[in-house]
Amino acid sequence: MNRIQQKLQEDKKLLSIYFTAGYPNLNDTVTIIENLEKSGVDMIEIGLPFSDPLADGPTIQASSTQALKNGMTTEILFQQLKDIRKTVSIPLIIMGYFNPILQYGVEAFCEKCAEIGIDGLIIPDLPVDVYHEEYEALFNQYNLINTFLITPQTSDERIKYIDSISKGFIYMVSSAGVTGAKNSFGSAQTDYFKRIADLNLNAPQIVGFGISNTETFKAATQYAKGAIIGSAFIKFLKENGTEKTSEFATFVR
Amino acid sequence: MSYHVNEKGYYGEFGGAYIPEMLYPNVEELRQNYLKIMAEPDFQKEFNQLLKDYVGRPSPLYFASRLSKKHNTKIYLKREDLNHTGAHKVNNTIGQILMAKRLGKTRIIAETGAGQHGVATATVCALMGIQCVVYMGEIDIARQAPNVARMKMLGAEVVAATSGSKTLKDATNEAIRDWINNPVDTHYIIGSVVGPHPYPDMVARFQSVVSEEIKKQLLTHEGTEFPNHVIACVGGGSNAAGAFYHFLDEEKVNLIAVEAAGHGVDSGESAATSILGKEGIIHGSKTLLMQTKDGQITEPYSISAGLDYPGVGPLHAHLFKTGRAEFIAITDDQAMTAGMELTKLEGIIPAIESSHAFAVLKEKQFQPEDIVIINLSGRGDKDLDTYIKHFNL
Repeated sequence: MNRIQQKLQEDKKLLSIYFTAGYPNLNDTVTIIENLEKSGVDMIEIGLPFSDPLADGPTIQASSTQALKNGMTTEILFQQLKDIRKTVSIPLIIMGYFNPILQYGVEAFCEKCAEIGIDGLIIPDLPVDVYHEEYEALFNQYNLINTFLITPQTSDERIKYIDSISKGFIYMVSSAGVTGAKNSFGSAQTDYFKRIADLNLNAPQIVGFGISNTETFKAATQYAKGAIIGSAFIKFLKENGTEKTSEFATFVR
Repeated sequence: MSYHVNEKGYYGEFGGAYIPEMLYPNVEELRQNYLKIMAEPDFQKEFNQLLKDYVGRPSPLYFASRLSKKHNTKIYLKREDLNHTGAHKVNNTIGQILMAKRLGKTRIIAETGAGQHGVATATVCALMGIQCVVYMGEIDIARQAPNVARMKMLGAEVVAATSGSKTLKDATNEAIRDWINNPVDTHYIIGSVVGPHPYPDMVARFQSVVSEEIKKQLLTHEGTEFPNHVIACVGGGSNAAGAFYHFLDEEKVNLIAVEAAGHGVDSGESAATSILGKEGIIHGSKTLLMQTKDGQITEPYSISAGLDYPGVGPLHAHLFKTGRAEFIAITDDQAMTAGMELTKLEGIIPAIESSHAFAVLKEKQFQPEDIVIINLSGRGDKDLDTYIKHFNL
């Protein structure tokens, strides 16, 4: 069983953290991952920076631009992560846009992920159908779980289709919009969380986009299995540097 | 060999819709409806009426006798520069605003580089009384002040794209993000044959009026619908798509796509995507694009803001890959010289984008009896500053 699947079976609400690899400094990657695990984070999404991150708001865009300026590349990220499984045991997911993966070679990328001990991928601009037709077999071969997004606009029929090909969790985008922190959720979000919960899907849902603090984390996990924090963590890194990252999880929970 | 989009949205291996799930409902709604709406008689009627009475179509097909004499061949100019707003861009924005209305959309967004597409979009929004937001790179806003003012006069809100390199590709990213943030009431009027399917096909169809008219007009002039060569410049590729469209399946018509070489293809400052680009994903489409070996999209350069795009529409990537169209790269200097030549010989100041197409006349020797069509995609008023600087006028 894949680490993501094991984690999803634990009887608790999961806290997942996204950060952009190479930010704030090129070589912070391993320190950030180790600190987050120590602080009790359940799962980590390692962002592979991209020049044109369409689905991201200003905070993650700026961190990607900085990471690329710092010299981050796919090859360097794999180098940094090569011994990560000696010290870290929680699920690790690489989140990145499709073009850099395509240029690396999708199979070579999957092979490298498997070698390092990456458990899954999130590729926001790789459409579900293209994945299903062209890459699913490859991902299975390397025991990588691909995670799909749903939004408040996704039809029930499509959600059920996505559920049927999801082997881990479904990434539930909290509201119509790009990534970025919000201070609270309105009734539209809560209604949506509840509507999805009522569909009784096979794959557990983890909510992302707009989770920034205890309040939003609690609201999101009232119905869902867990929540992902991205922009708010990037802001925290910007203000506090990497040393204090171990405090971040306690601050949320 | 088919040069038209297939049911999955691909031209050969290029195209598709590589979009985040957040955009799926918007793009899917458009995909399911665009052909149906375009085929409706009342859509056709309104579209054609506006093209005729508002845009001023058909645009003339003009036999350029002095230019022809100089280059010892028969040169006809398709005068898209005479359209309302000064370029071919308005053919597409008229089509898309009517599409948006029929989809029940109440808000329009667009991206723009030099501001031509932004102006064409703001124009049709003013015409229809619809809210309009145009994204434009911060750097482009600074260097295209007159077009920014035109958009504002037309009632559009011009929003500066301050991310990345602050030019066209970033303005496009910002427009896409806006669409993600406003999935229900907003239609995104993309200005070229780029973006996720069905945009490249829809925009090509709206621009196809150009080659439809060329065929009819050439029949009157020359007794044939088919020229030997059609030449058009390519940034994203919308004017070329329009000029090529009805000739795609006529292999006897030679299609010439002209890209901007900037300071030279190997200078590091170029926008010659077919030569410098590699297959990848940009703005939702699989196509050729300029990128690092790591897959980061790079910044192109051309003296002409309208050709300054790191990708090319998937139709053109397919035309390049299959060899159906010949691709020629023209430098800044070659384009400027050709623009000045047209001005002196024919009394027409072309947009610098279009000047690239005219520069081919010096690069290729055509037969005296050949019929050569050059798509004069826009007028040069917007480029006066650049002409003044280049020629010390």
